[in-house]
Amino acid sequence: MIEFLTDPVQFGVMQRAFLVTIVASAVCAILSCWLVLIGWSLMGDAVSHAVVPGVVLAYLAGVPFAVGAFVFGCIAVWLIGAVRSTSRVKEDAAIGVVFTTLFALGLVLISVTPSQVDFNHILFGNVLGISDSELVQVVVLGALTAAVLLVKSRDLTLYAFDADHAHAIGISPRRLQVLLLALLALTVVVALQAVGVILVVAMVITPGATAYLLTNRMERMLLVAPLLAVGCAVVGLYYSYYADVSSGGAVVLAQGLLFFAVYLLAPRGLFGLRIPWPRRAVHR
Amino acid sequence: MFVAGGEVTGDRMTPEAAVEVTDVTVVYGDVVALEDVSVRLGPGRVCGLIGMNGSGKSTLFKTIMGLVRPRAGEVRLFGADPARGRRAGEVAYVPQAENVDWEFPLRVRDVVTMGRYGRMSPLRRARAVDRAAVDDALEQAELVDLADRQIGELSGGQRRRVFVARGIAQDARLLLLDEPFSGVDKRSEATISKLLRRRADDGCAVLIATHDLNTTPELADEAILLHRRVLMHAAPGEVLRPENLALAFHAGEVAG
Repeated sequence: MIEFLTDPVQFGVMQRAFLVTIVASAVCAILSCWLVLIGWSLMGDAVSHAVVPGVVLAYLAGVPFAVGAFVFGCIAVWLIGAVRSTSRVKEDAAIGVVFTTLFALGLVLISVTPSQVDFNHILFGNVLGISDSELVQVVVLGALTAAVLLVKSRDLTLYAFDADHAHAIGISPRRLQVLLLALLALTVVVALQAVGVILVVAMVITPGATAYLLTNRMERMLLVAPLLAVGCAVVGLYYSYYADVSSGGAVVLAQGLLFFAVYLLAPRGLFGLRIPWPRRAVHR
Repeated sequence: MFVAGGEVTGDRMTPEAAVEVTDVTVVYGDVVALEDVSVRLGPGRVCGLIGMNGSGKSTLFKTIMGLVRPRAGEVRLFGADPARGRRAGEVAYVPQAENVDWEFPLRVRDVVTMGRYGRMSPLRRARAVDRAAVDDALEQAELVDLADRQIGELSGGQRRRVFVARGIAQDARLLLLDEPFSGVDKRSEATISKLLRRRADDGCAVLIATHDLNTTPELADEAILLHRRVLMHAAPGEVLRPENLALAFHAGEVAG
């Protein structure tokens, strides 16, 4: 049993994979709490796909991939906002047009660049092939993002719950919105290496959605979501090691299965809402 | 700097208006939501803002709060630039019930504490003075026993009291309430009315948007009839006369 657990982490490659995936899962999960509550899940989808051209261009320019990804994540967010607010096109259509266009630009750029950029690694992550500098990028950016999220956590909750009140008491909802979107772009950059573009969106939605079914308190949600996500990261990586399956896929699959288990069983899930669970004593 | 005008307490002879809206016109696309609206409300006054749905009540609130930029005209809060008033925590807003996400994972106490955020450090950690203000507001709104409930676990009237309590904890000098009595039981209605009256007696200006006319006469000192323009600004008894209401609600649509 002990060997079962210690065997994978004897290899440097797997140690790095664990570190990167755990950091990415935790940061994504913290952010996901606000995204789920505001209704911005599609934004996660959009930003994650839109970073692809940034990654390719960063490679061509010889700068860290995180820089290119972050720049294009911000471009996507800005474009979506611009299209929505200056035309009659609604937000979901604006998101759809912008992210698919940028993603397609990424595809085209990859096909015209020399072959070293491995498209599969961008799409599905390359946690086993991560370099030292990439490892440092992920850990530093992850820690930074998590720190800012936690420092601004009450303001972000205020913004998510009642932006008008924030404005009325002189706290700019606009600035908080920009901050949250910038942090989303950073988070996507962090998680890109671990699970790739396609599955990042799961990591910035699922843990928050699961935690939301489990608690009625924001501060608990902000604790439960990353704990569950880290648990899923560990389980998923062990599974991927022993079953020799895609690590990103295994991690996200674990998150998804956990969500459905909670959805079925939790007091605020499917059966909980249909079967009258014993309610907390109502004291007046 | 906006130092001219001074504090309300400074000169009792000419009490400064809590809110002064001058010739405001608001246009959304092709739709004129407000036209040449001028409203002046003094401290210590409760004013009913009466009009049917779509008459511009919510737009007027948004304009006062600075969420909507008027095409023409000006808003002043306590004689000064509205942004300054907002930063000073002078304006509190009680939103319509349907504009609140009642499933949000917050307790009653958490929401009331948000009234204090403008007065806290950037980390929004409550100090003793903040906790005392929150406890006092919960007490006044008769929510002490419900303080740890998630906000969705409350009745319609209790839900409304949470947001009134938030404004009290904020210690705002101008309270804007959007339909505070719709879908509210009699007991909560009485509690809210009593609370608002007490706030006004302490010098707070209270502006209540409503299309429910039953509670307005006892509670309000004055009333405004709004239908894109201010049709009338007088005592509630005068405004609520059927022939006057017909102006705002069109004949046959008179509510209440």
